[in-house]
Amino acid sequence: MEVILDVTDLHIEFHDHDLPETAVEDFDLMLGKGEIVGIVGESGSGKSMSALAIAGLLNRHAIKKTGRIMFEGVDLLTCDRKTLRSFQGDEISIIFQEPMTSLNPVKNIGWQVEEALFIHHKEIKKEERKKRAIEMLKAVGLENAEKVYKMYPHELSGGMRQRVMIAAAMIGNPKILIADEPTTALDVTVQAQIVELLKKINRERGTSIIFISHDLSLVSQLCERVIVMQQGNIVESGSTAEVFRKPRHQYTKKLIAAIPKIEL
Amino acid sequence: MKNNNWKKILKDPYLVAGGIITGLILLMIIVGFFWMPYEPTKMNAAEKLQGASLRHLMGTDNMGRDIFSRVMYGSRVTLMIAIGTIIIGAGVGTIIGAITGYYGGMLDEITMRVIDALFAFPSILLALVIVSVYGIGWVQLLVSLGIAFVPSFARIVRGEVLRCKNMDYVENARLQGVSDIRMIFVHILPNIKGVMASSILIGFNNAVLAEAGLSYLGVGSQPPYASLGRMLSDSQQYMTKSPSYVLGPGIIIVLMVLGFAFLGEGIRRWK
Repeated sequence: MEVILDVTDLHIEFHDHDLPETAVEDFDLMLGKGEIVGIVGESGSGKSMSALAIAGLLNRHAIKKTGRIMFEGVDLLTCDRKTLRSFQGDEISIIFQEPMTSLNPVKNIGWQVEEALFIHHKEIKKEERKKRAIEMLKAVGLENAEKVYKMYPHELSGGMRQRVMIAAAMIGNPKILIADEPTTALDVTVQAQIVELLKKINRERGTSIIFISHDLSLVSQLCERVIVMQQGNIVESGSTAEVFRKPRHQYTKKLIAAIPKIEL
Repeated sequence: MKNNNWKKILKDPYLVAGGIITGLILLMIIVGFFWMPYEPTKMNAAEKLQGASLRHLMGTDNMGRDIFSRVMYGSRVTLMIAIGTIIIGAGVGTIIGAITGYYGGMLDEITMRVIDALFAFPSILLALVIVSVYGIGWVQLLVSLGIAFVPSFARIVRGEVLRCKNMDYVENARLQGVSDIRMIFVHILPNIKGVMASSILIGFNNAVLAEAGLSYLGVGSQPPYASLGRMLSDSQQYMTKSPSYVLGPGIIIVLMVLGFAFLGEGIRRWK
């Protein structure tokens, strides 16, 4: 399998206070083309931090990062901002857990979906952009895409907004999609739909997905491989089936035991 | 959608009152471009310091000039200066506030301390300094008032940008590879246009008053051309003899300020 993202020994440390605080330690991740990897763990386990580092969003001065994040022959941790920016939104996209606030309230949906195309592919004409945006909106399951194209965020429900976010993230056909708890703010039926949508995107476009969640049942539905994190460390990783069947680490066992079961 | 907006506007007493008052003033100014009852600088020794009458709606001044005509002309001048001041002040202030707020750090600290220092200066004093160094004239008046208005806009915009720059949608845009300049001007500034609109209207009022104040002190527009402040300053020695001379320009200044203040309040309360 072709490896497109190779993270080795990622180490993230905060220097905001007198004592440095370690957020992520020795994080390794190999992401193959078309693969879906899940990262699970409780709040504060460093899963989002790792993802943000991969997406290049951790560039505050008070953060010390070591290790390597290799993508297309470039180390995302040390490359200059211009190179990083040329990847962001085009090759690597991210969707957040807050669909309610992640869309700009004063711009219409179409504008926001097209944004990445406008930035990275200036050569594409306006009509072509609009065509692609509407296609994308349809592809994420928004039925009257032409109407949604002209609407504003406050006119849409949470699930619809998350679909719009996915459309905006996918418009440039990125190689990697990072989904940082994309379903947390949504209700259960919509969660399942979004997971289905991610699966479909992965199948049809061959996008590699890093799926971050604390919901093990969703991870087991979606991911082939899973990484379990606790307090900044990887405690267990392997194929989803294996980890779920025979969890080796105590923490993983506890997480699995915490999945609510419906008994009739 | 459109219809609803109109209904909402008509229901808001501030917007209605402000719109009517400002509309009347603007109407007066626009009519003044095409027709005025008398030439505003034409003197008439036979009709000095008359009270209000049908012949002279606001009476005449100490040189027999028709006050209503002069008010029509003067409010045009005052409005132009106020608009110019706001364009300079809000324009420069917005750019400074947006950039310092967005980048933060050392640049922000230094710029804001300079702005604080500028804020501490009374605008009139600043204008007097500029006028006494560079002489009296339109450009000097506009520049000095403009500079005096930069700090308040810079502060307001900086605060709003600080509020917006950590919003999820800004983070999200950053992850799409949006450049800093595009982020400030396309993603953040449109989100603070409501606050901008009301502070521009309030600033507008202050500009009208500041122009009137400067003209009153004699550094604004020069005789025989009229501006509202100039007329007010000329009229004070005839206050007891001919009260209509003071009342004419005074009432128009009050109405102008009141109209914009109502509009500003209405916009602030919108939503």
